[in-house]
Amino acid sequence: MKSRYHFLLPEVEAALASPNFFTAVKKHATRYSYSESLMEVAEINPKVVVLDVDVGKSLKTNEFAKKYPHRSFNFGIAEQNMMASAAGMATTGLIPFASGYAMFLSMRALDQVRNSVHYPHLNVKIAASHSGITPGPDGVTHQAQEDLSIIRTIAGSCVIAPADHVTTKMAVHAMTEYDGPVYLSLTRDPVPFLYTPDYPFEIGRMVTLREGNDLTIIANRDLVAHALVAAAQLSGQGIEVRVLDCHTIKPLDEEAVLKAARETGCIVTAENNVIFGGLGSAVAELLVENDPIPMQRIGVRDTFAESGPYYEVIDKYGLTYPHIIQAAQKVLDRKYAFKNQMAKGEV
Amino acid sequence: MNDLDVSKTLSVSELKRVAVQMRKDILYMIYEAQAGHPGGSLSAADILAALYFRVMRIDPANPQWEDRDRFILSKGHACPVWYAALANRGYYDRAHLSTLRKLNSILQGHADMKKTPGVDMTVGSLGQGICAGVGMALGARFQKKDFHVWVVIGDGEMQEGSVWEAAMSAAKWKLDNMTVILDLNRIQNDDFVENTMPLGQVQEKWQAFGWNAIRINGHNMQAVVDALEEAATIKGFPTIIIADTVKGKGVSFMENVPAWHGSAPNAEQYEQAIREVTGAAA
Ligand SMILES: Cc1ncc(C[n+]2csc(CCOP(=O)(O)OP(=O)(O)O)c2C)c(N)n1
Ligand SMILES: [Mg+2]
Repeated sequence: MKSRYHFLLPEVEAALASPNFFTAVKKHATRYSYSESLMEVAEINPKVVVLDVDVGKSLKTNEFAKKYPHRSFNFGIAEQNMMASAAGMATTGLIPFASGYAMFLSMRALDQVRNSVHYPHLNVKIAASHSGITPGPDGVTHQAQEDLSIIRTIAGSCVIAPADHVTTKMAVHAMTEYDGPVYLSLTRDPVPFLYTPDYPFEIGRMVTLREGNDLTIIANRDLVAHALVAAAQLSGQGIEVRVLDCHTIKPLDEEAVLKAARETGCIVTAENNVIFGGLGSAVAELLVENDPIPMQRIGVRDTFAESGPYYEVIDKYGLTYPHIIQAAQKVLDRKYAFKNQMAKGEV
Repeated sequence: MNDLDVSKTLSVSELKRVAVQMRKDILYMIYEAQAGHPGGSLSAADILAALYFRVMRIDPANPQWEDRDRFILSKGHACPVWYAALANRGYYDRAHLSTLRKLNSILQGHADMKKTPGVDMTVGSLGQGICAGVGMALGARFQKKDFHVWVVIGDGEMQEGSVWEAAMSAAKWKLDNMTVILDLNRIQNDDFVENTMPLGQVQEKWQAFGWNAIRINGHNMQAVVDALEEAATIKGFPTIIIADTVKGKGVSFMENVPAWHGSAPNAEQYEQAIREVTGAAA
């Protein structure tokens, strides 16, 4: 039988049904994938410069600073100055990668991000580590559970939240080519390697990681792996799930969402981000105006989280694959109830 | 610290013993958590020992007492030093110390006023605690209360523009019911402050912003106590105590090493560190 999976590393596909998938597979924090990729794009494009705010050790952009001392600028603990300076640098033709923690880039410097970067649509790349609840032990002040929603609301923004090392690398190359501001969301903690190195990455185009027609799970960043594990387990119950990796939450791949709606009749979204204004909202906004099918959202409810190991925290706050499986069962019940009503002519 | 009679004014030598116990607790917490920020916790230990065991008007049995002095660790990542002070002062059981940064703990990775008894302000985003201090000092004045507000900031933290916004406003409103203590340990996260973003003439800058600035050795307990007690008496200006300190103070391999800003010791390093800070008591 032909595999339902695309672009997945064979060892990942083999491990999906394993009860300890997350400890069995190899992992890498995408904050490091980012700084490793910077070395490559800097080689290709002499306009690339890197800006830091005293967390270069944490993103390992300090390695870049060692290799390219003249292309590296540490602003100290001054995110607002870095962000508006990045805008200024971009006006001179440079491609600044403003690097730091998601919390402080998307929120402390939000005014600068909006008024100095996005309003003039300048070519600033914002590389935001510790995005979502990917820093566990540091606690709430460092868990940027709102960043994707916030940046998504800014006119002309482009928001990318890659699931793994390979996607991050491709995203860094693509955003260097792209003309305009891009927000790149990175994980503090290690996440599984998922993709084969040759898969086609395109900003704004979802990836079908698994084929299925009973239901679709659309996930991003660290929850893509959870969506895959949920799908593998549901398959054991005879439910075939389509899994879409929505690495670019904005601009949204509307075609892929509407196709999934048409072909699978129900959707679960999964994001390590608040349920307000992020991936789930983006999908819901599109569906409600076009094809309002049953949908469930996995995301952080109206609460702050707390300190703890990354996996334990996201599990406690309802983001891991068992929660996705529950949401899938709920949305399927709603889909069949809806179909029955239709058959009886009640809707 | 059960043998100390905190109802009396503690002597400098007693405060030194407190600081030793706090340093041991800091190391214990961070070792148990295998994460956290030892360097900036150890550099501030003498200052917090003096504040919590002698200078501040507080009642650990009544952490919400309206008239208590307020304390804000604006450099919130160094909260193990705060948690050590509060535990030793009796705000909560020492058993909590092993739960730092773990799920369901009252001791969050950055201090949370809704979870930890005695924590007067939630902190962790640098450059905000000092602004909250301005607000508390204004609140005290407006409500004719005589409590004092104590704020500890980091030298790296001083790079945040909001610190200077707070400095301007405290001078405008002549907030002499507020004292800032600058933990000048010369190191931030990535590197030495001088290499990352130099601060220039620190004392002159605060003075130019309208502050009374006192400079001391932040590990000389007598000097720390004297400066804190003096600061509380100065009228007409806010006071900043610029405390020259050593990041990682008390642990030879941590002292003045930027790498110990935010990493935890292994078992061997932990044992050595405990031996060294305990030896300092003799
Ligand atoms: C607004 C903000 N930006 C960045 C950080 C990440 N961070 C935590 S500690 C630190 C360095 C702090 O240096 P300093 O103020 O000198 O503290 P100390 O040396 O006393 O530990 C940084 C950059 C943060 N907590 N808040
Ligand atoms: Mg410092």
